[in-house]
Amino acid sequence: MEFLASLMPLPLAVHAPAIIVVTPLLMAAIAALMPNGRLGWVVTLVSTVFTGLLALSLIVDVQSAGVIFYAMGGWAPPAGIEFRIDALNAVLLLVIAALGLLSVIYALPSVADEIAEGRQALFYSAFLVCFAGLVGVAITGDAFNMFVFLEISSISTYVMVGMGADKDRRALTAAYNYLVLGTIGATFFVIGVGFLYMATGTLNMAGMASRLPDLSDSRVVQAAFAFIIVGLGLKAAMFPLHLWLPNAYAYAPNFVTSFLATTATKVAFYTLVRFLFDVFWPEAPFVAISFFWVFAILGIIGMVVASVQAVFQDDARRLLAFSSVAQVGYMMLGLGIGTAAGVSAGMLHLVNHAMMKGALFMALGAFAVRFGIRRISDLNGFGQTMPLTSAAFTIAGLSLIGVPMTVGFWSKWYLGVAALENGWWWAVAALILSSLIALAYIGRMLAAIWMAEPPHDKTGGIAHARAPWLMLGPLWVLAIANIWFFFQPDFLISLTNAAAEAAFSGVTR
Amino acid sequence: MNPHLVLRVVSKLLIPLIVVFGLYVHFHGDYSPGGGFQAGVIVAAAVILYALIFGIENAKQAVPTGFVRFMAAFGVLLYGGTGVATLILGGNFLDYDVLHPDQAHHTGQHIGILLVELGVLFTVFSVMMAIFYAFAGRAPDIPEGEW
Repeated sequence: MEFLASLMPLPLAVHAPAIIVVTPLLMAAIAALMPNGRLGWVVTLVSTVFTGLLALSLIVDVQSAGVIFYAMGGWAPPAGIEFRIDALNAVLLLVIAALGLLSVIYALPSVADEIAEGRQALFYSAFLVCFAGLVGVAITGDAFNMFVFLEISSISTYVMVGMGADKDRRALTAAYNYLVLGTIGATFFVIGVGFLYMATGTLNMAGMASRLPDLSDSRVVQAAFAFIIVGLGLKAAMFPLHLWLPNAYAYAPNFVTSFLATTATKVAFYTLVRFLFDVFWPEAPFVAISFFWVFAILGIIGMVVASVQAVFQDDARRLLAFSSVAQVGYMMLGLGIGTAAGVSAGMLHLVNHAMMKGALFMALGAFAVRFGIRRISDLNGFGQTMPLTSAAFTIAGLSLIGVPMTVGFWSKWYLGVAALENGWWWAVAALILSSLIALAYIGRMLAAIWMAEPPHDKTGGIAHARAPWLMLGPLWVLAIANIWFFFQPDFLISLTNAAAEAAFSGVTR
Repeated sequence: MNPHLVLRVVSKLLIPLIVVFGLYVHFHGDYSPGGGFQAGVIVAAAVILYALIFGIENAKQAVPTGFVRFMAAFGVLLYGGTGVATLILGGNFLDYDVLHPDQAHHTGQHIGILLVELGVLFTVFSVMMAIFYAFAGRAPDIPEGEW
């Protein structure tokens, strides 16, 4: 990693925070001009590879320098917009860059199958805009700028979800539903930011953070906190605010689902951490109350209820979507524990969940590209029909349950340890209960795949198919990562511990 | 006789004025209210007026859909390209000061903001047109007798 980053020319490394957002944004315009989908994909691939390299160089820089600042347009903060990268953002950058790149490699056959030829280039353009927006949210140090990037990514997400209409018209209502709820979330967030601006006179997060402690009795600040939590909770699909998610994930194109499930809600979770710990401060009475009564309680209810809902789904992707809501509950629980260990466990689950859900949705996409699979009953006997894809699906599914030998085990282990340090034995009980329910819903799919009678072709033999290599490659990278990081967890744990430390040390310089 | 004679004559007079006003709003944007977004909407309004009076087909001949798609992307590239140019000239992203050596009069800032806003103008104009074409293309044409 250090070697790769050292190859970066110095001017590029100095301006990396700007270039990493600008590259996908400009390439989106170029992708929109491409005459066909294949060229659009090449443009997208080139920009995600380049963005990935920049992200690597930034992550290495953060590890040595601690915090990186970049003033947009040469305007010094607090007047200008500042990009600010510390160990907390670095984790997010790593997830977005890695999963973005893997999803893009995976995209070519999937998009060619699902999107009308004339619209593929525009589809890739929308993806790049979304990617730029997510990267922007992850590295900006300005509250209003964060809102702008959040909207950039959300609006292009609505478009991408709606483009699933070529396969299933329900994608249109799902996208519209998502648009309405997502816009409400963004509105709440910006109202909160507006209140904070009113109270502190600055939009820079570090500036807000330095002035807010004197204003902890102010109703305006408390209202701002409530608005921001609800707004970001909607974007992150926190339990009672998750209603947009299952349909959006179920009817979007497969590539979009695997990209969104691994990045979009994660970025919203990061913004929550940033606001709770850095802009506000965890000792404030209203923040301290929210840890238990909002995040821990709702997180646990979400973990259990959404898992139970998942058990009763027929549509394979809807099942995994409900499971995603439950997994957001795990992260919220980590946040709600409110200690460095808890935040670290939440961030660890964020990274791990990106690996498992990425692999699971990619495998479903691979089934879909060959046989148009949507329902769980359609998966019957796929262990024999598409063994390579099924095996990867199984590994990721076991990881989702939290079986040892997979990375999901560490998520639950550290969450449980952090909860016990607080004396929250009931949280551990909920964790185990939710894992058992996960066993039920993943077990349903695995039973269909491995135990049911496989489909037969016309001659009476078992139908065989292999997903395209471009899909199998990223899928297996993620599946192997699920096992690899069980045996080598130090890298991820040191990253997330540093992230939690950065969250607790605040954004002041 | 053509039933829309008055409309046609008046709009023919107005459309060039609307476009010029749009450009005024753009180029005067750094001294007075206005800028690329407003200018783009005003210029697009001129073309939309043309399409309403003379028909969508004539409007598509004047401003083809391919051109609209190109300009929408070109505007973004012009905006971002200005930023990349400032990077290459040694400043931060979108640091317009490096565009011109005359720091006393902030000439670089003027050049930079005009270029960036021109990009906004192109993109806003094109997106307005794209939305209009998309909606106008769907609805059945109103028969002449029903006006």
